[in-house]
Order: sequence, then C-alpha cells, then structure tokens
Amino acid sequence: MTTRVGVVTFPGSLDDRDAQRAIRLAGAEPVALWHRDKDLHQVDAVVLPGGFSYGDYLRAGAISRFSPVMGTVIEQAKLGMPVLGICNGFQVLTESHLLPGAMLRNNHLHFICRDQKLRVENAGTAWTTDYQAGQEISVPLKNMDGRYTADARTIDELESEGRVVFRYLDLNPNGSINDIAGITNAAGNVVGLMPHPEHAVEPLVGTGGTDGLGFFTSVLKQLVSS
Amino acid sequence: MARVVVDVMLKPEILDPQGQAVQRALPRLGFTGIADVRQGKRFELEVEGPVDDAALARIREAAETFLANTVIEDFTVRVEGSE
Repeated sequence: MTTRVGVVTFPGSLDDRDAQRAIRLAGAEPVALWHRDKDLHQVDAVVLPGGFSYGDYLRAGAISRFSPVMGTVIEQAKLGMPVLGICNGFQVLTESHLLPGAMLRNNHLHFICRDQKLRVENAGTAWTTDYQAGQEISVPLKNMDGRYTADARTIDELESEGRVVFRYLDLNPNGSINDIAGITNAAGNVVGLMPHPEHAVEPLVGTGGTDGLGFFTSVLKQLVSS
Repeated sequence: MARVVVDVMLKPEILDPQGQAVQRALPRLGFTGIADVRQGKRFELEVEGPVDDAALARIREAAETFLANTVIEDFTVRVEGSE
C-alpha cells in the first residue's frame, strides 16, 4: 500500500498544494484534509502547511489550533504519528502546545522572503533521517512572525536534549533565540520549522535546488520501515 | 449588557519591536519625553446576562486558552460597567 500523507487546508493556507506536490515527488500519496473535518482519512502522517490561516487574526496559528481537524491531529501526534508544521504550520504547532515556545513578530518588523541557509542539527527525527547532522541546506524562507521564543528553562531543555533540529546560518532573519529555525518534540515525531522545504523539491523552481525533498523522503522511509 | 475588558500585553521580558517603532517615531513628531512604549491588545466583550463569578471565570478561561498566549503574554480581566 502506498504511504498516505495528509495536508491540512485551513482558510488562508497558501502552500498546501506545494506540500502535496512535494509528497508526491517523494513517492507518497498526498491526501487533502479539510480543517472542518475531524477525520484524518487513514493518513500515516500529516503536514500543516504554510500560509496565513484565518488571516493570522488574533495571533498566527491561534484560531486554526481550535479547528476540528487539529483535535484529531493533536491526539494522533501524541500517539506518535509524524506531524510536520511548516511556517504557519509551525505557528499552529506552538499554539497547540505540541511544540514548546511561541512565535513573535520578526524583530525588524519586515516581511522577509529569501533563500535561507540552514544547518541540520538533528537527523534523528521522523522528518530528517535522510539528512546528516551538520549538513547545510538551502531552502526558501518567507514570513512575518518567525521569531521563535521560549523561556530560558525551555531553551536549555531543547538544547540539551538535541531538540533544536535546524539553525539559521549566516544570517538570523527574524531575531529567533539561539538562531533556532526548527524544533522537535521529545519523541521526535513532531517537527516545526519556519523555512519552506516544500519549495525546494524541483530543480526548475524555488532555489533551484532540491534540498527540501529529504523531509518527505525521510518520513516515507520511516513509515515504510515501521 | 455588561462589558468585560480583557487587556493582553507581551510579558515584560519579551522584546516588543512594534512598541519600539512607535517610541522611536514619537520624538520625530514632536512628542518628547516618552522613555518607552509597549503595544498590547484590548478585547471588549459584551456579556449577555449577569457578570457573576461564574461568567467571569468563563471569560478568564477564554482569555487564558485563546485571547492570550500565556507563553509570551500576560492578561487582565475587568468589568467595565453595566447598564
């Protein structure tokens, strides 16, 4: 059976189709999930895509977190289902408390859109096994509320447990603490990051590189072997 | 109907670049002597029925779970008045 990876569409999601395309290119079957539907339609993993769900009203990701589909995603994530939150999806994951900390407005107050170099710090999560720890990759970044923050105790915990998965290289685009670009939960099945790997999966578009494809091939391998 | 006001502010230790941008603009506009600005959010809730302890408890719960993100924000709840 093909591996099914769900992609949730919230009102205001922008990158759901790109995420579906990345999943297809990696060799899995993308399944469109609707935010009002509690049912995950037998998917093996879920991607929460980028965009501006509910227009980022209140706070980025705050309203989506209470959508019917998120109730089920939170339940399943706690049982070990792989969940990847990209950009707005990362914001939904922190608002859901599936990942610790919170996202704030970029420290310079500008929307930022650039190719971003990252260092893979943890190649042991469900979404990063096709990378190597220390590997440098380049994927697009575009956001307004990308400044990751958490209290000192949480940051110590993330750092000492190796739960910082990606760090910004060369330039910290938003004032994120410790140059953190992405983190994981203690179990390693839930990963959130601000940059967009789904925009770097084909040589013809985006950065022109395919550095982002590894996310989707990683989860596919993990699901096939489990 | 009574009005309940929920004020939400970034915690003091969290950098507030929006407040800083406003603070920097003030002297340019001739408003001097303002040492710091922090920007928050105010929610005005028009409540049906009496604002008793139970209603206030529900509003505090709404503030804590939804209106504010207590990882980064503090909030206060107060009744503004009734007609």
